[in-house]
Amino acid sequence: MRHLEVACVAFVALVILGLVAGFASLWGGLIGVVCVAAAAVVADVLAQRRVSAWGYLEREDDLLIRRGLLVRRLSAVPYGRMQFVDVTAGPAERSFGLATVRLHTAAAASDARIPGLEAAEAARLRDQLASLGEAHAAGL
Amino acid sequence: MSDDAIAGDGWHRLHPLSPLIRAGRAAIAIVVIVLPSLRSGGGGLWGNASHVAVVGVLALLGFVSWLVTRWRIDGDDLRIETGLVRRSSLRYPLAQIQAIDTVRPGLARIFGLSELRLRMAGSGGAAKLAYLPARQAEQVRARLLALSAGAHPDTPEATHEEILVSAPTGRVLASLALSAPVLWLAGVLICVAVVEVVAPSAVGPVFGSSTIFLLGSVVSLWRQFNASYRLTVADAPEGLRVRFGLVETTAETIPRGRVQAVRMTEPLLWRPFGWCRLDVDVADRVRDRNDQRRDGRQLRALLPVGTKADAERLLTRVAPGAPRAGARPPRRARWKSPLRYRRLAYGFDAGYAFATTGRLARVSAWVPLTKVQSLRRVQGPVQRYLRLATVHLDTAGKNVGAAFRDVDDAESFRNLERLTELARSARRT
Repeated sequence: MRHLEVACVAFVALVILGLVAGFASLWGGLIGVVCVAAAAVVADVLAQRRVSAWGYLEREDDLLIRRGLLVRRLSAVPYGRMQFVDVTAGPAERSFGLATVRLHTAAAASDARIPGLEAAEAARLRDQLASLGEAHAAGL
Repeated sequence: MSDDAIAGDGWHRLHPLSPLIRAGRAAIAIVVIVLPSLRSGGGGLWGNASHVAVVGVLALLGFVSWLVTRWRIDGDDLRIETGLVRRSSLRYPLAQIQAIDTVRPGLARIFGLSELRLRMAGSGGAAKLAYLPARQAEQVRARLLALSAGAHPDTPEATHEEILVSAPTGRVLASLALSAPVLWLAGVLICVAVVEVVAPSAVGPVFGSSTIFLLGSVVSLWRQFNASYRLTVADAPEGLRVRFGLVETTAETIPRGRVQAVRMTEPLLWRPFGWCRLDVDVADRVRDRNDQRRDGRQLRALLPVGTKADAERLLTRVAPGAPRAGARPPRRARWKSPLRYRRLAYGFDAGYAFATTGRLARVSAWVPLTKVQSLRRVQGPVQRYLRLATVHLDTAGKNVGAAFRDVDDAESFRNLERLTELARSARRT
């Protein structure tokens, strides 16, 4: 499912860059297309690596979220600290049946989101987190 | 103002002079904007008439805004209704009060009025009652504090308090003279002087282009001075009482257990005198669209400038039993943070975590584990190469969370795990 997201990004990149290159002469256009295709393959590999680096783990008291390759981040968000959970799905995400789950705590710095979840899994996670949050709730 | 005026039920209005005082503050800004255009001779009769019209419309708007604004204490909420066309009814749950300020700008002091500012947790921003007669403001404040603590609403504010520290004016002035804005100001003036010698004809433009900067730094200096002038911190039963101000005076009460983080800063230039600054952070949102003003984003200085002994005394009140010394990162962290390495230290116990960092200034932060919102381990490419990582403790305040910088890789995972457990048990007690 995450593969689709990657393919989508690569495709969009190909189209946009192809169009830009197309404004040049025929040869320039051909070279441009080849370059773009090569770049797209590289981008695809990188994006795939990036996506596979993204993960989450539901533990007893908190949610662990891991992301990033160059800068590696691991966040632990206690269920009791969650203020609210929202699920968003942009047009691109929606067309592939994906959604992003975002956790909000009182701290602006704890940027905890899980993109590219299947809609059903996103809804399950949201409900799960909401009920766990209620059970663990703590004041500020 | 009789006592039953705040007896809880029924709606109240603000003081009728409120719009004037608010406009009085804006009027200074208007004069500053309008004056140059008047001086340049433009406008004439038509321009003056339009100015008068603008002032008239503003006065009318102020009167209407006063007319449609009312407030009441309703059970556990403070309700404020305002707006003529778009009526808004705001409800502030008193249990979420993080701090209450009584702010008295110079103009309001002349008329004996004060503004009550309730700093709330969450994204709603501060609740403002501007302006109330000073005596009524005191009563309302006592009532709100009592209600927010779950006590009977008629509990009076305790009269006994223990003064912890106060900032002598001489020291405040000296510390300001050694602060960054003054140095910048001096730098700009030296530049202007140099230009004067080298190319006298260019002085005008140079001076003109730096006017805004100069004004800005003078205003910020003034604010700092005003916020430090005759500052006293007192320990009272309901929390810490902070009072300060020369023209605009503020009396603030921070209830117990509302402090999200404490920060101690020792700037390089203050080191010869052994001075430091102590700030506390309470939870009110920074990224609030309505409150983009500078002071809305600044931390509250408990001690604008003081000796280490003063800071230590305050720290034991604000964060009792917090650790002072801890572990240091491995030597290879020097390659990643050559300037900071000397200062880096971190530690934690069952109640508090602390971390020290800073390139020129030495900055230490203490965070109560009960206030930790989330924990993060971040490892950049250089850190990965050196097998280092940084552990962040996020709090609900203004980005003062402590960060254990450049900790050994394996150690960072152990810290994360240990802090998660400690924070959990701290939350439960």
